[in-house]
Amino acid sequence: MNLRNIGIVYRKELREALRDRRTLISSLLVPLLLFPLLTAGIGAAISALLGEAKKEVPAVMILGGEDSPGILAELRGSDKIKVVPTTKNWKDEVINKEIRAAIEIPPGFQDDVVHQKFATLFIHNYEGDMKSAIATGNVQKSLEEYRDRIVHGNLAAKNLPETAFKPFEIKEHNVAPPEKVGGAAFGGVIGYMVILLCLTGSMYPAMDLTAGEKERGTMETILSSPIARVDLVFGKFFLVLTTALVTAALSVTSMGVSFAVLGHLHAFDTAGADAAQLQLHIGIYTVLSIFIMVLPVAVLFSAGLMTVSLFAKSYKEAQSYVSPLMIIVIIPAVAAMLPIDLTAKLALVPILNASLLCKELVTGTYHWNFIAIIFFSTCVYAAAALFLAVKMFQREDVLFRS
Amino acid sequence: MIETRGLVKTFKDKKRGEIRAVDNVSFVCKPGEIYGLLGANGAGKTTTLRMLATILEPTDGTAIVCGHDVIEEPEKVRANVGFLSTATALYPRLTSQEMVEYFGRLNGLDEPTLKKRVDDIFTRLDMNSFRDRRCDKLSTGMKQKTSIARTLVHDPQVMIFDEPTLGLDIMTARTIIDFIRECRQRGKTVIFSTHVMSEVEKLCDVIGIIHSGKLLTEGSLGALRSRYGENDLEEIFVKIVAPLYAGQEAN
Repeated sequence: MNLRNIGIVYRKELREALRDRRTLISSLLVPLLLFPLLTAGIGAAISALLGEAKKEVPAVMILGGEDSPGILAELRGSDKIKVVPTTKNWKDEVINKEIRAAIEIPPGFQDDVVHQKFATLFIHNYEGDMKSAIATGNVQKSLEEYRDRIVHGNLAAKNLPETAFKPFEIKEHNVAPPEKVGGAAFGGVIGYMVILLCLTGSMYPAMDLTAGEKERGTMETILSSPIARVDLVFGKFFLVLTTALVTAALSVTSMGVSFAVLGHLHAFDTAGADAAQLQLHIGIYTVLSIFIMVLPVAVLFSAGLMTVSLFAKSYKEAQSYVSPLMIIVIIPAVAAMLPIDLTAKLALVPILNASLLCKELVTGTYHWNFIAIIFFSTCVYAAAALFLAVKMFQREDVLFRS
Repeated sequence: MIETRGLVKTFKDKKRGEIRAVDNVSFVCKPGEIYGLLGANGAGKTTTLRMLATILEPTDGTAIVCGHDVIEEPEKVRANVGFLSTATALYPRLTSQEMVEYFGRLNGLDEPTLKKRVDDIFTRLDMNSFRDRRCDKLSTGMKQKTSIARTLVHDPQVMIFDEPTLGLDIMTARTIIDFIRECRQRGKTVIFSTHVMSEVEKLCDVIGIIHSGKLLTEGSLGALRSRYGENDLEEIFVKIVAPLYAGQEAN
């Protein structure tokens, strides 16, 4: 290995990459713009939809209840629902979303309540439909208020305190620090995104520097120079690795900024109060440790992609080999978003292990023994991929495949 | 100086089995001489020259280029060889000058030597008007000049040209032919392959006729004329190769 020659190749490839519009778009522009656009777009769409759904006063029907004027007055008096005249085909109207729900009051309901006989009310709704769910919630709320008043009256009549009916209350209290709450919500996504963008960032240059070189006829030119093939592979490899890391770094930064801005905007918006609580707090150490863990993954991707695309005769052929690889990478990366805990066996599964570890790092958990296993095993996989790439560059039937 | 000793190259083909692309080829090419390798498409010219440039490794036999064995010291061989073919393209996103500098650096030139060398070559080949233009924006003629400059930057003793005029227009082809002559004048060892008879007649000191990987005959144009009793090189070529074609058809 000759470091001077590796440097010469690296600088030349870097110069060419910086002059290539396709590389600039895929490794710089896409990661920089993707997240702001995604968060802004999706955020705006969600709050618009939610706002509209919450603003609508849902139309509901009341079935029966002619002998129970108390509950009828309660429902008609609520400003959270709009009671419409009852029709025979109420079921179809719920299904066709003309009304959001129908409340069934059994005959003699008021008598039953007065005589303290147990009675049941039905809310007929459209399961899974958000607007029907909101209507159900609103109806339930006003019915519960009505029920509480009856209980209150009953207790007062018998001179019993409120606690006779409700001896104690149950409250939730979160003890996890806010950064862990945010991390648990976003950790899986971050690992997935960093790993996926590492792949997409290195994909184009890996193909361009191998299959592209064959296609343009410069492979024979470079092979006729005195540089050893090992040095050539390493020069190219470092460039591919650089783009992978730059893409990943840019995307994490742009993702962090987008989320922060979104959280900040939503803090002023009552509808987005939930989103504001999920704000992500990632410290510089977390970012650094994610990067150290992603490094061998990026090496694995860069070397692997170069090996596969070197086999292709043209850029197009390389694309058809690389596209299935994308799915192979996406599956373990997505799997990390499921509630899977890191175990010693899983720590040996490439990509999935790094993805799971990213999730833990974001929540601020450092299991040093797992970190060691994952870093070491990924390094082994990366070294194997790199070895394969070098071997591939020494095979005449691959370099001159026709 | 190039000396090949029983050079063999076999390829494996799924349908046709093992193919002997180059079969026991031996010849000598001296400094100040142009050796022309003449043959039809698929005769084994390109494979032979690629082995001399150490882009391919011989299956058997070897070649000595400038005192270095192509198998033992391929990097030293390449440092002494300028290799030019229609397949050796330029990097489209580098400028003409960057392209030549890149190859100068890969050949181990230090920066002051490189700068002087590049200035000399660009002036000599009249390339200063496009030295900062990207290779993908160059005309065919400018591209050929850049390729020539690329092969000259490390001042190699041996020049290998693989069908250098293939697909070029007359004027551009002429630039290449003149350049090959100039290499001989400067005392370089020159080997070049072609299937164009007129180029061989005009240029070559020694002609080798190759077919199906075998070197069938070699000698100066005069020697070949008297040996085969024909004046025209094309007639000589047909006389040597035609019986083999008939044999192949029969098979």
